[in-house]
Amino acid sequence: MEHVANNPADGAQAYNFAYLDEQTKRMIRRALLKAVAIPGYQVPFAGREMPMPYGWGTGGVQVTAAVIGPNDTLKVIDQGADDTTNAVSIRQFFAKTANVATTEKTAEASIIQTRHRIPEKELREDQVLVYQVPIPEPLRFLEPRETETRKMHALEEYGLMHVKLYEDIARHGHIATTYAYPVMVDDRYVMDPSPTPKFDNPKMNDMAALQLFGAGREKRIYALPPYTKVKSLDFEDHPFDVQTWEDECGMCGARDSYLDEVILDDKGNRMFVCSDTDYCTERQESGHRGPQHHDQPLGSSQSGKAAE
Amino acid sequence: MRQMNDPLLRVDNLTMMYGDRVGCKNVSFELRPGEVLGIVGESGSGKSTLLRSISAQQEPTKGIVEYQTRIDGTRDVYQMSEAQRRLLMRTDWAFVHQNPRDGLRMNVSAGANIGERLMAIGDRHYGNIRQNADNWLGKVEIASERLDDLPSTFSGGMQQRLQIARNLVTSPRLVFMDEPTGGLDVSVQARLLDLLRGLVHDLNLAVIIVTHDLAVARLLSHRLMVMQQGKVIEHGLTDQVLDDPQHPYTQLLVSSILQN
Repeated sequence: MEHVANNPADGAQAYNFAYLDEQTKRMIRRALLKAVAIPGYQVPFAGREMPMPYGWGTGGVQVTAAVIGPNDTLKVIDQGADDTTNAVSIRQFFAKTANVATTEKTAEASIIQTRHRIPEKELREDQVLVYQVPIPEPLRFLEPRETETRKMHALEEYGLMHVKLYEDIARHGHIATTYAYPVMVDDRYVMDPSPTPKFDNPKMNDMAALQLFGAGREKRIYALPPYTKVKSLDFEDHPFDVQTWEDECGMCGARDSYLDEVILDDKGNRMFVCSDTDYCTERQESGHRGPQHHDQPLGSSQSGKAAE
Repeated sequence: MRQMNDPLLRVDNLTMMYGDRVGCKNVSFELRPGEVLGIVGESGSGKSTLLRSISAQQEPTKGIVEYQTRIDGTRDVYQMSEAQRRLLMRTDWAFVHQNPRDGLRMNVSAGANIGERLMAIGDRHYGNIRQNADNWLGKVEIASERLDDLPSTFSGGMQQRLQIARNLVTSPRLVFMDEPTGGLDVSVQARLLDLLRGLVHDLNLAVIIVTHDLAVARLLSHRLMVMQQGKVIEHGLTDQVLDDPQHPYTQLLVSSILQN
């Protein structure tokens, strides 16, 4: 057993560095290496019980714990925001157990753990993006048998994925899947990009940063190495398309970012605001203003951010 | 050069054992393109075991199943790679289950059910897939307006017809049917048989149909195989077997039907 990183001064004394014991981290790293070697392939791993419930990012936390080092700077976002419960508690978890620096600034982070969003700011080669994944199997809802879906992945039988998209168009007139929109990785594996909005799918393609996906409940890890081809599935006559908004961000006036709708009162008033809080703050600091911005202190109007 | 009269399917000495028990024993036959073979026999006589073994769903203990593929010539289906075999099963072959719920996806629309095989072989044009599904719905006598309805809203007979459409959309050459009229009432049975007979004729389908209903066998099949205790006890042209049964068991089977 190595104890190199296990200096009690580095974190809370009762815990090993970053909570998990070193053998577990090695096991997860082996799974990660395999996942990086086969982009989009779901690697089983012996997921541990974490001191938080399933659905709160236990998969992402284990991946982060396996890759984080004492010199890393961690950013955690939930629905794009740094200040929501899930993000705050995971950030505090690593601040306490690994004593690492944390940040809300995308550019300053070396590891970003995320639930649902990819930051608007372009990521770099020296950054790692860790996703929390609830259901790793994109074929699950049409084929519940795990033995069968594994076989379908092995033999590249992905027609079923299009059955889902067909059904969308038949019912809604367009592909109504807006999150967890299936992608084809490196022309080989169909992958569930976790419940990120499809707005973020194009960012996954050819991304400079390493992308790691951890599903805690189902104990699966998958990955996208830097600069991997990621293509969203579609039909020739119904091509893939991302969401657009008629409004701009009420706070910073951005028109190119993913906007959350916020209900303001019971008289039908509402506003749209960037889901990426760091992006929005940075724009406001450099002087951008949206129609609802009244130079109030930040946070008061955003604390009531729309729920998922 | 492949000839019309070369067999599409050749089964040689097929034996399926379940431990010490016989599923079916030493079955051999050939099937030519466009030919309909009926397999009849009482419950437990090995009909379904035989069908599963021929249709690559259950590897037999012994024996050979050879199929004349479109591109590769004659191949032993159990020597193919799994990928090739599965491709064959969803393109050039078709399966009609007794219970349409086994053959349909109940949670997606009729159109998606028919389109699934097309999408599985790489069709990526929504408009074309939908058009094709609509055509097939017409061929099996279901109204176009039901295209976007779930199969669970269909009657039993409609579900069975939908299952047939879903299977035939890739123009298979060989269809396996396991009691296709099993759970249907008599009038619906008659209509389905009529439809099947038309499709088999128009599309020149080769069919292996398992049934315990001699009327169904007489109506659809050219040749008949009678099974008892896992063995084929009589084999011949349908009319010949039914009108002049040789084996005592076949005689019993035929005489057990009410004659008018």
